[in-house]
Amino acid sequence: MVALTPISRTPVSFYVPVVAAAGAFAGLLVGTAQGSSLLGIILGAALMAAVAYVLTQIIKEEKAGIWGLTALLAVAGFLMGGIAAALIGAAFGWFFGWFSFWLYEGRYRAKVAPYLTPRQVLWHFTFRVICGAILVFLITPILVVMPLSFNAEDFFTFTPEMLRFDPAGYSMKHYEDFFTNSDWQGALKNSIRIAPAATLLSVGFGTLAAIGLSQPHVPFRRAIMAILISPMIVPLIISAAGMYFFYSRIGLQGTYAGVVLAHAALGIPFVIITVTATLVGFDNSLTRAAANMGANPVTTFFRVQMPLILPGVISGGLFAFITSFDEVVVVLFVGSAGQKTLPWQMFTGLREQISPTILAVATILVIVSIALLTVVELLRRRSERLRGMSPS
Amino acid sequence: MKLTKTLMASTALTVAAGMATADGHMANEMTIVSWGGAYSNSQQKAYHDPYMEKTGVNIINDSSSSEAVAKLRAMNEAGNVTWDVVDVVAADAIRLCDEGLAMEIDPDEMLAAAPDGTSAEDDFGDLLVSDCFIPQIVYSTTFGYRTDMVGDTPPTSVCAVFDTEAYPGKRALEKNPINNMEWALLCDGVAKDEVYDVLETEEGQQQALDKLATIKDDVIWWSAGADTPQLLADGEIVMGSTYNGRLFSVIEEQNQPVAMLWDAQVFDLDGWIIPTGLSDERKARALDYIMFATDTQRLADQAKYISYGPARASSAPLVSTHADLGIDMAPHMPTDPENAKNTFLYNYEFWADYRDDIDAKFQAWLAQ
Repeated sequence: MVALTPISRTPVSFYVPVVAAAGAFAGLLVGTAQGSSLLGIILGAALMAAVAYVLTQIIKEEKAGIWGLTALLAVAGFLMGGIAAALIGAAFGWFFGWFSFWLYEGRYRAKVAPYLTPRQVLWHFTFRVICGAILVFLITPILVVMPLSFNAEDFFTFTPEMLRFDPAGYSMKHYEDFFTNSDWQGALKNSIRIAPAATLLSVGFGTLAAIGLSQPHVPFRRAIMAILISPMIVPLIISAAGMYFFYSRIGLQGTYAGVVLAHAALGIPFVIITVTATLVGFDNSLTRAAANMGANPVTTFFRVQMPLILPGVISGGLFAFITSFDEVVVVLFVGSAGQKTLPWQMFTGLREQISPTILAVATILVIVSIALLTVVELLRRRSERLRGMSPS
Repeated sequence: MKLTKTLMASTALTVAAGMATADGHMANEMTIVSWGGAYSNSQQKAYHDPYMEKTGVNIINDSSSSEAVAKLRAMNEAGNVTWDVVDVVAADAIRLCDEGLAMEIDPDEMLAAAPDGTSAEDDFGDLLVSDCFIPQIVYSTTFGYRTDMVGDTPPTSVCAVFDTEAYPGKRALEKNPINNMEWALLCDGVAKDEVYDVLETEEGQQQALDKLATIKDDVIWWSAGADTPQLLADGEIVMGSTYNGRLFSVIEEQNQPVAMLWDAQVFDLDGWIIPTGLSDERKARALDYIMFATDTQRLADQAKYISYGPARASSAPLVSTHADLGIDMAPHMPTDPENAKNTFLYNYEFWADYRDDIDAKFQAWLAQ
C-alpha cells in the first residue's frame, strides 16, 4: 500500500494520553486477573504514558526501543508469574513500543484518506478495534478449551505445571479416554449413524418442498411454508415435549427411527430456506425447454434443475447435519440411553462429572468441522473451475 | 451429473443402513439408570460387568437419576416406561412409591439372604425406609476444604463454614434447602436433637435463612455433585459441601490439596427401585438383576471403587482395599467410627412433609 497522506510527527500532548488510555485498558485486564481492577487501570495508564514519553523523547531509537521494552516486560512478567506471564509481557511490550512510535511518527495517518477529519480518523480505527474485539470474543472461548484438553489432571483448571510449560502438566489421557471409553465410543457411533440419515431425509423432503412451494399455482403456499418452518421458530423444548408424547404413543420413542425423524423435522426448515433462496434465481424456461426436448419431469429435475440449485441444497444439508449433530434437547426426550448421541454424553458428562474428556471431544469436533468446511469449499471451487466460472 | 448420482446412491445406502441397524437388539437388553461419573463406574465394575458375564444380558447405562421422578412421571403418562432399574436417593424412592410409580418389593422373597442365613429384611434392617426401596449404599453429604487456604488452623467444626473471618473466601453450598438449613441452625446455637422441631416453625425457618444470609455473599451455589470438586481443585473456594465419595476421589485419586471435614456429616441412603408398568419379561429380568446386585458380596465389592458404605450389615466386614490404589477403604467410609463422631441422619419424614414449602421459601430467599 502506498501512503495516501504525507505524515508528520505528533505532539506529546496527543500520543501520550492515547497510549495511556490503551495502557489503562491493558492494566484493567492484568489488574482484574490479579484481583484489583482499579489499581490495574491506574498503574497501566501511568506506566504506559511514561513508557511512551521515554521511548520517543529520550531513547528515540525505534528498533532498540521496541525490543528493549519487549525484553523488559518479558522479564517483569516472568518474575510475576513464570513463562506464560513472560510471553504475555513480551507481547504487551512489543505492542506498546510499536504503538508509541506509530502514533509519534504520525504513521497512523499514512494509509487513511487525506481529507478525513480527526474524528473520522478516530472512528476509522475504533471501528477496526471493535471488529477485532468481536472476533477475539468469538474465538477465545474455543481456543481456551484446546490447551485445557491436554490437562494431566481431571479438572478444567490451568495447573501451575501447565503454566510453566512443564511436559508433566500435559497428557493425552483425555483423548485416550475418548477413544477407549465405551460410553464415548457408543455416543460417537450413534451420532455418526443418526446425523447423516437425518440429513438425507431433510435434504430430500426439504428440496422437494421448496420446489413445490416455489410453483406459483400451489394454493396456501405461505401457510404451508409457515407450518414447515415452525420447528425453527417454536422453542425447542416445546417441540421436544410434544414429540415425546406423540412418539411414545406410536412406538417411536426410544428408537433410532424416532430420533432420525425428529432430527429430520428440525433440519427441514434450513433446507427449505436455502433451496428457496437459490430457486429465486432459477429460470423456469429451462425446465420448459427440457420438456420441449422430450425429457420427463424426473429427468428434467436431475439433469437440469438439481445441478443448478445444488449449492443451496448442499448448504442446507450442512445446516441440517450440524443441527442433528449438535442437538441435545430433542434427543434427550425422544431418544433413550441406547441412542445417546455425543452432545447428550457431553451434557450429562458436564453435569455429573466435569471431565476434560469433554474438552478433548470438543477439540476433535472443532478440527473435524474446520476440515469439513474446508473440503466443501474446495469442492465448490473445483466444480466452479470445471464449469468455467472461476470465483473472481 | 456424476455428483448427483453419487449423492443419490449414498442417500439410499445410508438410509438403508440406518434402518437396518435400528431396533435389531431389544430382546436381551436392560436400561439401568444411575448418577453417572465415578458412581456409575463403581456400579459398572461391581455389578454390571459380572452380571453381563454371568447372564449375557446387555446393560445400557443412562445417567438420568437426577431427574428420575419427573421422567418416570412422564413415562407413566405416556404409557411407555423405557427404564428397567433406577438408582435413586431414598427420598425420591419414597415419593415414587407413594405415587405408585415404583414397584413394591418383598425383601425376603426377592432379595438374597446373607451368607450366614440372616434374612435380607434383617440384614438391611432400618435402612429399608420404603416398601419400594432396595438400599445399596450409605453416603454422606459433608464438607471438604483446601488445606493450603486455611492457614495453620484447619477447621474442625462445620460452623467454620459460617465463620468468614477465620476462613475468608468463597464456600460452595448446594442450591437446595436440605442440609443447609440444618447446618445453619446447628451453628446458630440450636441443639442437635431440636433442629427439626425448630425447623417446623416459621420462625425457625426464618432463623436458618437469616443465618445463611450472613454468608450469602460468599456462597457459590452448586447443583451437580461434580461442581464442588472442580471449584476446590481450582482454588475458587476455600470449602464446600458435596458427597463424601466425590471428595475421596479429589483427595486420594486426584491428589489435590483437600481434606475432609466430617463434622455434622448428613447420612443418606441411595438404592434401587423398579418402575411399575414393565412387561412380565422385563420385570423378571429386573428382579433377577436386583437379586444379584444387592447380595452381600456385590455390595462389599462396590466399596473397592468408591468410598460409600454398603447398606447390608453382613457386607461391612468384607470391605477391603481400593481396587487401583490399594489403600484400606474402611477409614474413608462415612460410617467409620473415627469419621462418625458427630453425624446427622437425614430426616425423611420431615422433608417429605415440608420439602415443597421450604423449597419455595429458600428459592425466593435466593432470588432476593
